[in-house]
Amino acid sequence: MTRTLAEVGFSEEWWIQILKALFFALVGLQLVPLVLLTERKVLGRFQNRYGPNRVGPFGALTPVADIIKLLSKEQFRPRTSVGWLFVIAPILSITAAFGALALIPYGDIVDIGGYPVGLYGIDVSIGPLYVFAFGAIAFYGLMLGGWSSGSKYSFLGSMRAAAQLISYEVAQGMALVGVVITAQTMSLTGIVHAQEGMWYIVPQIVGFLIFMVASFAETNRPPFDLVEADAELVGGYNTEFGGGKFALYYFAEYMNVIVISGLATTMFLGGWLLPFGITAPGWVGFFVVIAKMMIFVILFIWIRATLPRLRYDQLMAFGWKVLLPLATLNVLVTAIVVVATD
Amino acid sequence: MPWDPGTDVVQVTRGPKQAGGAGGFYRAFGETLRGLKTTFGQLTEGVTTVQYPEQKIPVYPRFRGRHRLHKFEETGLEKCVGCSLCAAACPSDCIRVVAAENTPENRVSAGERYAAVYEINLSRCIFCGYCEVACPFDAITMGHDFEMSDYNRSDLIFTKEMLLAEPPERTPLRAEGE
Repeated sequence: MTRTLAEVGFSEEWWIQILKALFFALVGLQLVPLVLLTERKVLGRFQNRYGPNRVGPFGALTPVADIIKLLSKEQFRPRTSVGWLFVIAPILSITAAFGALALIPYGDIVDIGGYPVGLYGIDVSIGPLYVFAFGAIAFYGLMLGGWSSGSKYSFLGSMRAAAQLISYEVAQGMALVGVVITAQTMSLTGIVHAQEGMWYIVPQIVGFLIFMVASFAETNRPPFDLVEADAELVGGYNTEFGGGKFALYYFAEYMNVIVISGLATTMFLGGWLLPFGITAPGWVGFFVVIAKMMIFVILFIWIRATLPRLRYDQLMAFGWKVLLPLATLNVLVTAIVVVATD
Repeated sequence: MPWDPGTDVVQVTRGPKQAGGAGGFYRAFGETLRGLKTTFGQLTEGVTTVQYPEQKIPVYPRFRGRHRLHKFEETGLEKCVGCSLCAAACPSDCIRVVAAENTPENRVSAGERYAAVYEINLSRCIFCGYCEVACPFDAITMGHDFEMSDYNRSDLIFTKEMLLAEPPERTPLRAEGE
């Protein structure tokens, strides 16, 4: 007898699955430079300046130039670093980020050339758990990277990363439990289908706010960027990394922002659904999801332009004393309401 | 016996009691929204950047840029008489003057002597304008050109010919009162 850990919904031929996986990985790879450029341009506008505008039209090729510069640099590692861990840590980070990206659904099953194709990398019956599992693997990338650098600042940064990410993952997970209870399913496509009447941002507004705050901490974005607080730690866990390895960490960081934006879109903003019950052909959903993701990316940038970095004790106190009780309360209230109205 | 602090005790005035609980949460949320509004205001305010190599901020008439040496317009003779007062006034010691006698066959300046060598090392110059003040004949003045970067230090030593030549008009001048 075989025991399955999770049920994976397949509706395609095996070769379509491979093509699909490649396609969504490439979409993710294209989104990262887009988010990078958006961040630098929009952040510039928040500070009354243009941002990069020299490379290519309106600076559109700046991320390409950045990546070429990083990849053509010397491969360097400190004498005190732990060889293979130092190499594998950034790879671990980016792999985990890509793994989580596979889960974001861009649409329902659509008909492409006579074949039914689901517009998602993979649809599992344990959706959010899958994302958190990959998030937990991504921590290893951060922690091992900082520790194997053999540098005190990197080590401090990775210790902060460990404490911060584990603390906030609890609140983040609890915030999603409310959605799961309401939708009565953990499959992400199922959760989107359950939002056809009303997007969960309305009934789960508290859960949404907790999820967003925790996500800022999870992705090491300001105001929770203590992991790489450059004023205190030089650069945090990635201090000793340069060239291609740094590019991988950089990519992974922005990929995490995209994944979290996609998760928030799926969980709270109705995924590929258009507002006011407008129906559109399946392929429109893909662009709807990308557009909704970009809204969250802009929100990330806006917050970065606004809030200063927290003190470390404030960060811990906020995570454990405010977010976690609030998230637990949200779960309890949601459960009671769901049972009472059932 | 416990220690008696006596007059060592300093009365500390504590700040307002930390707002915890729901009130503090509400206040923090409101303040965050206020901050977001402030930054969004900057977004709508527009950009204040000057696109430097394409756009230039005009300089004021009294702006102290690169030096210029002058000639008399009627006779074409150099105003500099090689007195080295500018070199003496220069706090960073960047001016080098070697004087020579004017002869009836080779008349360069209006005075008795002229500057055979006149060099300014612009990599040392601090653009204080003391040379201009020290000059008794207004032979050296501070121009308006400030774009002098170069690939080579030796290229920053400006000779007499370079200083006498009309500089390229690459710096816009601000009108009086603008």
